Amino acid sequence: MLELKNVSAGYGTFQALFDVSLEVRAGEAVAVIGPNGAGKTSLLRVISKVIDLNGGEISMEGASLNEVAAHRIIELGIAHVPEHRRLFPRLTVEENLKMGGFIADARAHFDERLDYVYELFPRMKERRHQLAGTMSGGEQQMCAIGRGLMSGPKLLLLDEPSAGLAPVIVQQVFDLVRRIRQEGYTVLIVEQNIQQVLKVVDRAYLLEVGQIKMSGSSQELLENDEVRRAYIGL
Amino acid sequence: MDFPLTDPFFWETVIQGLLFGGVLALLSLGLNIVFGVIDVVWICYAELIMLGMYTIYYLYSDFGVPLPLAMVAGVLMVALLGAALHHFIIRPILHTEPINQLLVTGGVLFFLQGFATLAFSVEFRNLGVSFGSIEAGDMYIPTTRLLAFVVSLVAVVVLWLFLKKTYLGTAIRAISQDRDIMPLMGVSPGKIYLVTSALGGGLAGLGACLLVLLYDIHPAIGLTFGPITFMVCVMGGLGNMIGGFIAAFIFAEFIALGGFYAEIEWGYVMAFAFFIVMMFIRPQGILGSKS
Repeated sequence: MLELKNVSAGYGTFQALFDVSLEVRAGEAVAVIGPNGAGKTSLLRVISKVIDLNGGEISMEGASLNEVAAHRIIELGIAHVPEHRRLFPRLTVEENLKMGGFIADARAHFDERLDYVYELFPRMKERRHQLAGTMSGGEQQMCAIGRGLMSGPKLLLLDEPSAGLAPVIVQQVFDLVRRIRQEGYTVLIVEQNIQQVLKVVDRAYLLEVGQIKMSGSSQELLENDEVRRAYIGL
Repeated sequence: MDFPLTDPFFWETVIQGLLFGGVLALLSLGLNIVFGVIDVVWICYAELIMLGMYTIYYLYSDFGVPLPLAMVAGVLMVALLGAALHHFIIRPILHTEPINQLLVTGGVLFFLQGFATLAFSVEFRNLGVSFGSIEAGDMYIPTTRLLAFVVSLVAVVVLWLFLKKTYLGTAIRAISQDRDIMPLMGVSPGKIYLVTSALGGGLAGLGACLLVLLYDIHPAIGLTFGPITFMVCVMGGLGNMIGGFIAAFIFAEFIALGGFYAEIEWGYVMAFAFFIVMMFIRPQGILGSKS
């Protein structure tokens, strides 16, 4: 579904990604794991075209994204749930969801998708008129994922959904990701919480200083000595 | 002097203040929405109103266009000017120091004023339209002022509904909270800024429709309304439309009641003195947030 070939990208003179190639097939959940500063967020940002490509090729369902403007990416079925959730704090939960369904194709389906998101997260229905900024971190993450689903995406990009949340909430967030998977969405998730994320995805790539160092099934990475030593602390 | 509460002139003054407050509230809307969304103060805002007034005046007086049509054209004209101001002047320097945006719109103010003087001369022009007065008990309320007040209130409500209920309006509120993630929602920030600028211009144009009924038109009329509109916005909390709305009525009553107890000029003196005192007490404005 999504394919990156030899992608390089960065910010000004700073290069964050070197020659990254990866693939996400329809129906899969794939993780990109790695330490802080490895370029994980940059990887999602370049897929969304928020930062420019310096080289390589990105394609979605066979069509190149290289020349597509950032605000058109969502129309191709890619929804990006950004790092730190980034809800609109002074809009209500429902208004945030409305923004997730801003594109023309999504507006016709607003009511049905709103019902769907509320069914998935009944908590959001209770808080529909509450300002998003006043909710707890876990609730905000639900709202952020819900906002991502409002455009009716094929592929969901999740950037560190567990970051900055209390351990008990982290568990809930990974349960959320599991449910999203069960709903049939294809997911590309970036995480530092490696042990947890490898339990909910099929495959993973290990990213270090902007380069893919390793890839394989979740099981293979969980059992890999180097990964265990460096990232899981065993 | 009679006890004011039984004096019909006192009540007439209070009502005049209320009506003037409605006009000020409308004037503050456009400036506020542009600041609230784009973070730029259009110092030349009242000059856009002035150009709107001239547009309406010439279409009506010289070209015989029916007044309502001339007014629609005036609103569209100023909306277009607002969009052009953003596109050609603000956008290229949007990411530089904020003082640059202030200075450049200040430059536009004098440019427009000079341009209007050359193009239309310094002569005072009047539309010469009067709708008479409404008599209520012992009080006389000029119909144009009542009309201006009603139009202002309707505009406020319509704008509120637009911002609250529509996708575009929600995006306009959202972009002021987090510009950088707008593309992830499928929204082009540049487009929203352009639409907001056109909207701000359109509101200035609506202000022109009301002022053209109430005042003579001349190239420096912006100086009459520019400072007070700006101060209404600042006192309400720049970018805060509800605050601006309240501040408009406070200012207008100061001016009206000052005129009741002394001369109208004293009303202005007191209103501006009040503004200066407020800047010490609540520099962020009545409803502004600390940051």
